[in-house]
Amino acid sequence: MNLKGSPFLFLSTLSLLIAVVGGCSEGTGVGIAGSGNVRRSSVDGVSSQPTRRKLVLTGSSTVAPVMHEIARRFETLHPEYRIDVQTGGSSRGIGDAKNGIADIGMASRDLKSSEKSGLVANRIAMDGICLIAHRSNPVMSLDTEQVRSIYRGGAKNWKALGGPDARIVVINKAEGRGTLEVFLKHFSLAIENIEADLIAGDNQQVIKSIQSNPHAIGYVSVGAADYEVKNGGQIKIIQSDGVSPTMNSIRSGQFPITRPLLLITKGQPQEDAARLIQFAQSDEVHDLIKAQYFVPSAE
Amino acid sequence: MSPRLNDRVLTLVLSGAAIVSGGLVLLVFLFLAKQSLPAIVSVGISRLFFDSHWHPTATNPQFGVWPMIAGSCLVTIGAIGWALPVGLGTAVAIEFYSFKYVMGFLTRFIELLGGVPSVVFGFWGLVSLVPAISYFHPPGQSLIAGILVLGLMVAPTVALTSLTAIRSVPSEYRRGAVALGVGRVRFICSIVVPTAARGIAGGALLAAARAIGETMAVLMVCGNIPQIPKNLFEPIRTVTANIALEMGDDTVFHRSVLFLTGLVLMLVVMIILGIVEPFRKRVAYE
Amino acid sequence: MSEGSLGKTKTPLYSMFDVVFKVIGWGCAAILIGAFLWMMASLIAKGGGRLTAEFFSGEPTNFGRSGGIGTVLISTGLVLGICLCLSLPLGILTAAWLSETVLQRRRLRFCITRSLDLLAAVPSIVFGLFGMVFFCQTLQMGFSILSGGLTLALMILPIVVTTVYAAFESIPSYIRLNSTALGLSKTTTLWRLLLPAAAPGVMVGTVLGVSRAIAETAALIFTSGYVTRMPESVFDSGRTMSVHIYDLAVNVSGGESSAAATALVLMAVLFSFNLVAAGISRFYYNDSAAV
Repeated sequence: MNLKGSPFLFLSTLSLLIAVVGGCSEGTGVGIAGSGNVRRSSVDGVSSQPTRRKLVLTGSSTVAPVMHEIARRFETLHPEYRIDVQTGGSSRGIGDAKNGIADIGMASRDLKSSEKSGLVANRIAMDGICLIAHRSNPVMSLDTEQVRSIYRGGAKNWKALGGPDARIVVINKAEGRGTLEVFLKHFSLAIENIEADLIAGDNQQVIKSIQSNPHAIGYVSVGAADYEVKNGGQIKIIQSDGVSPTMNSIRSGQFPITRPLLLITKGQPQEDAARLIQFAQSDEVHDLIKAQYFVPSAE
Repeated sequence: MSPRLNDRVLTLVLSGAAIVSGGLVLLVFLFLAKQSLPAIVSVGISRLFFDSHWHPTATNPQFGVWPMIAGSCLVTIGAIGWALPVGLGTAVAIEFYSFKYVMGFLTRFIELLGGVPSVVFGFWGLVSLVPAISYFHPPGQSLIAGILVLGLMVAPTVALTSLTAIRSVPSEYRRGAVALGVGRVRFICSIVVPTAARGIAGGALLAAARAIGETMAVLMVCGNIPQIPKNLFEPIRTVTANIALEMGDDTVFHRSVLFLTGLVLMLVVMIILGIVEPFRKRVAYE
Repeated sequence: MSEGSLGKTKTPLYSMFDVVFKVIGWGCAAILIGAFLWMMASLIAKGGGRLTAEFFSGEPTNFGRSGGIGTVLISTGLVLGICLCLSLPLGILTAAWLSETVLQRRRLRFCITRSLDLLAAVPSIVFGLFGMVFFCQTLQMGFSILSGGLTLALMILPIVVTTVYAAFESIPSYIRLNSTALGLSKTTTLWRLLLPAAAPGVMVGTVLGVSRAIAETAALIFTSGYVTRMPESVFDSGRTMSVHIYDLAVNVSGGESSAAATALVLMAVLFSFNLVAAGISRFYYNDSAAV
């Protein structure tokens, strides 16, 4: 039982490694059949089902809910598609689209100049960003200076702003989130100067924190806030400089903080991605976009 | 005697599997190192420690990870700080002050508690504990919330390892103590605990390793502000939570720095476990 | 493990300090028990009402606020299945090598056991990072059940190896000696004698590994993803129960009741696993391997 002759051992190990890795990549070979971004699920390789086409979308938590709905409708119209929608933030969407993990990235802000190379942005809707507070908070409107002062740690108590005598709990969004960047740009704030008490990732996380924290303030997508208010959430939308964010005020540009909702592809969208993007930009989904309180871009 | 063919194949397959298993940690390490390379080369390790803030996406990005390291350390030390006495106390109660059936039942119970997933602890902390803390001192998501949740999570580990350590005290000591008429308190304080000290300390370090590597529970209850807290009620962000929170970003350096912090975290946990090594009565593989 | 507990022959109770100690000790135990009961009570209060038959079969609707967790259960099962498909064979073979191929290769053996120890020390979020880069990107599996399962397989491998190794070691050596004396080949000895004898240990290892895997969240967020739909193949993304709890608790306002109900299901599964593992250990090894 002498196996000290190491070449044997070495070879066996090598072959096993190759087998493992090979097995894996073989699996993927089936998984990513065909051209470019289209993934076909492996089951179809062996069964006789019609070929399934798969699209993966990741990115902004603002765009995800509406794309989720659009994708459902698209699937009912084209049963051969399967569309997976995942969140993670605008930067993740842009990143995933760039390095090919996702077929389409979702972003809720304009591409930065450093990101533009090789990526194509397709606008599907407009959205605003609004400040929100707990429903029990009497403050109705804040002007730009007040918001700046709250977020830079100047105003620390609601009393000075016409609210209850309580410390303001400032909620900010995590770095890499589209909403954060639009917010900072609009209020000409630098991330270094913000003094926050909590940091949240998704829109929903901000809303959730405010619901459990009567003295908190945060900012989210108008669509998400509207949806929450209409569905009985314990939050209220605070007017910016006296203007309420509505579909009309966003469309007309009267409401100051707006941004595009984008679908990002690496290069010009390929056949399947192009089909979905076209569908998302068409009239057929305006009701879905409006149901999430966004402004369809074609209007 | 020449080995049969199938034996030879068997040996090859077995050693192959063993080498693959052994090589996995190397694979993990290499991939993390490869991803961290841009950070090490372009940002430089020194900036991680000398930049005063963590603003990876600012116009002048800052990559100071001190606040997060401080957060991780504080929350871990705090958690062990109360989990160690409570766990040890529980072990003593089980071993010395309970009936036989209660003993078995309690041990079982603690084992169950130790198996509760961290995300459930985090969820409970978020919906029950944080509002309670917020009632006294808003915003509630804070260092103290992290300490309480994490401590509760690792206390069963401490209790069980302490129990094992206490039980491995030679029974001659007990007989000797009985013969000499030593009281139980005296017995516990002067004989059991000193004898089992290494095992107990090993258990505490094991718990610390688990606590510092924990992500979900702290992500949910700590508030995630990268700052060095001035008191227990201020929010903090740990190294692990930072990775989970910001991993989405694709800016090369930002992403790479996150991998680097992951790598550092892995090394720190390994060092802690390296310290545990001599404390632990080694059962595995001997 | 123990020759008997120290408390068996009681040392005398002398002083009032004993009372103090008793109170402190039980106080500590009461904190743990109390916190656990508080947790269970709040989970049941929030989610107990949701636990109907539909909850186990339905698909999550309205981002998980309503509906069931049927698809989540299936994704969880698939992730665990993939995880075991890799970790179990690899773990058993490795344990067999460590235990059965004698002591010729001391240095290699040392390296492998040590690196398995190191693997056990890697924090789960780091596994998540690795899985994302290695499985999702380098091997191009994307966010899929496959990526998640394989990542978890690496994570639980050390547990499986340790437990199975202990099972091999607990097999009396006369079995090996007799087998050699009868001229049976190594292969026959391993397949026909040792593996069946180690089967309970393999089961314990499996259950312990699965318990760890099913509780995991951080390693899965960036590998198997968030999708709640019925997975059609392992190349689809799917969320496990833990990820579902996390997402509902953090990202969905009004998702508490679903999260609590899912947490109850997860805890029930874990507790039954724990009981099974303890039962097997107690029956076959007269010992608790669950620690």
